Amino acid sequence: MSATKPRDDRRAAWWFLAPVLVGFAVFYGYPAARGVWYSLTDYTMLNTPSYVGTENYAKLFADQKFWNSMLVTAWYVVLNIGSQTLLALGIASLMHRLTRSVVLRATLLLPWLVPNVTIGLLWMWLLDTNLGFVNQLLHTFGMDPIGFFTDETWAMPTVAGINTWAYTGYTALLLYAGMLQIPQYLYEGASIDGAGEWRMFRRITLPLLRPVLALVLVVSMIGSFQIFDTIAVTTKGGPVAATQVIYYFIYQQAFKYFHMGYAAAAAICLALILGLLTAIQMRMLRASRSDLA
Amino acid sequence: MTRRTFHLGRALAWVALAAFIVVTVFPFWWMIRTALTPAADIYTDNAGLLPDHPTLINFSRVLGLTSEAEARAAGGSGAHINFAGYLWNSIVYCSLIAIVQTLFCAMAGYAFARLRFPGRDLVFGIVIAALMVPPIFTLLPNFILVKDLGLMSTMAGMVAPTLLMTPFAVFFLRQFFLSLPRDVEEAAILDGNGPWGIFWRIALPMSRGPLITIGLTTTVWAWKDFLWPLLVGRDESNRLVTVALGVFLQQSPNTQPDWTGLMAASTLSVLPVLVLLIFMGKRLVQSLNFTGSK
Repeated sequence: MSATKPRDDRRAAWWFLAPVLVGFAVFYGYPAARGVWYSLTDYTMLNTPSYVGTENYAKLFADQKFWNSMLVTAWYVVLNIGSQTLLALGIASLMHRLTRSVVLRATLLLPWLVPNVTIGLLWMWLLDTNLGFVNQLLHTFGMDPIGFFTDETWAMPTVAGINTWAYTGYTALLLYAGMLQIPQYLYEGASIDGAGEWRMFRRITLPLLRPVLALVLVVSMIGSFQIFDTIAVTTKGGPVAATQVIYYFIYQQAFKYFHMGYAAAAAICLALILGLLTAIQMRMLRASRSDLA
Repeated sequence: MTRRTFHLGRALAWVALAAFIVVTVFPFWWMIRTALTPAADIYTDNAGLLPDHPTLINFSRVLGLTSEAEARAAGGSGAHINFAGYLWNSIVYCSLIAIVQTLFCAMAGYAFARLRFPGRDLVFGIVIAALMVPPIFTLLPNFILVKDLGLMSTMAGMVAPTLLMTPFAVFFLRQFFLSLPRDVEEAAILDGNGPWGIFWRIALPMSRGPLITIGLTTTVWAWKDFLWPLLVGRDESNRLVTVALGVFLQQSPNTQPDWTGLMAASTLSVLPVLVLLIFMGKRLVQSLNFTGSK
């Protein structure tokens, strides 16, 4: 910019960057390359990896269990993201039109702060077939107890419901933050023109929130695809394979059967899906920034 | 007429919001309530918002404060548990990662935003590309790496992958440093400050808000970590709270889990974040405005 000689901070810069670059090389770059290599080998952690070409992938694509886990994961994502986004949108717009209370927002955030393991345990207790609060409640209404975690049709909706409970408040606050950027005078004007709340929601909130909503949707989908903790604590992939999600499949292949190469190949398939979603997210980030600027 | 329906609608909206708050908070209430119930009462005392015979025995036995015989008498399986130790491990784990990672990522973020050196944008692009690599992909090779380095069951092995950096923190802090006004820095250069002087004396103090935001977010995620510490921190001496909860559940008989003990331990795992929420609630809520939409 200035007329004097251009600054060159290269000596200082590499010191600023050294810790991050070491961390990146050792725990991101190197393992990523190693992961690709493992997926092309037969490796059990006890032997030296031996190159087998694309054999792991061929086996994977013929593996009924792999496709089942993909299907189960997709079912989970649909249940979880669908319910969570709709509920969060509802709560965010209620808050947006009613209150700016920080205490209320902090309360909504509470489940997000709690480890998924704790949340899994908590709901195992609330939904326990014999003693759980929910089944006691059903009993007082004269209904039969439900085996929420042990029944094949109930297990996945139950797990999805638990995580919807845990993440709806957080998602609602993200959407709410987006709604706060919508100029207030639009609502005032619409109100003077006699528009009702529902009409304002459809004509003002929803269209102007769209970039934020799309971004939140993609970010929560990326998280949703990686469901593991709740299932590891509650159903362990069962009953039968009703909650055998892809993360749990990879975990079992790697650390129960020690099929490291096979697990790495499955991890790459998941990484491709998530990488695609992240690429979409980054594009949206850029788009939404220029929209708001 | 329209006025009345409007008010009715508002009342209904408040009722819906209140209902959601109750659904959010009630499970935590029930957790604490169960933790305060004697194990012997679990079949009979399960209505009402408060236990009939409140007790702290479940807390003292999961904190390892009672003898094995006492713990067994109060409904425990007799296996050794010490949540005081696990809580301490979790606190060490979170603090280490949050502090070191935030500092190093701030340094890198500053360099990417403000320093001039050849290859800057290329290096930044490569680091940011790691945002697209999901954790599961690096998890398996990192596990093998930590094993080969002889760091299994050590705190060093547990914090290693996230201690130095996460791509997100670098990205987030760089974005912030880009928005800092340049004139203050230029004045500091004229005063004879080098890059280090400007970073420590000017850039860091000016970015307290974003530093706390990223530090808090990192703390929360580290507190929730489960799979990596499960794989690496298997030893009792460096077990984290989340891992310990899983082990506790496995030790508990399948036919009749030790619910009062499990809920006492669960309560202990919530307590630190509850304290965080009470003291830093406003910051945490604001951090969502930062990370969510910008």
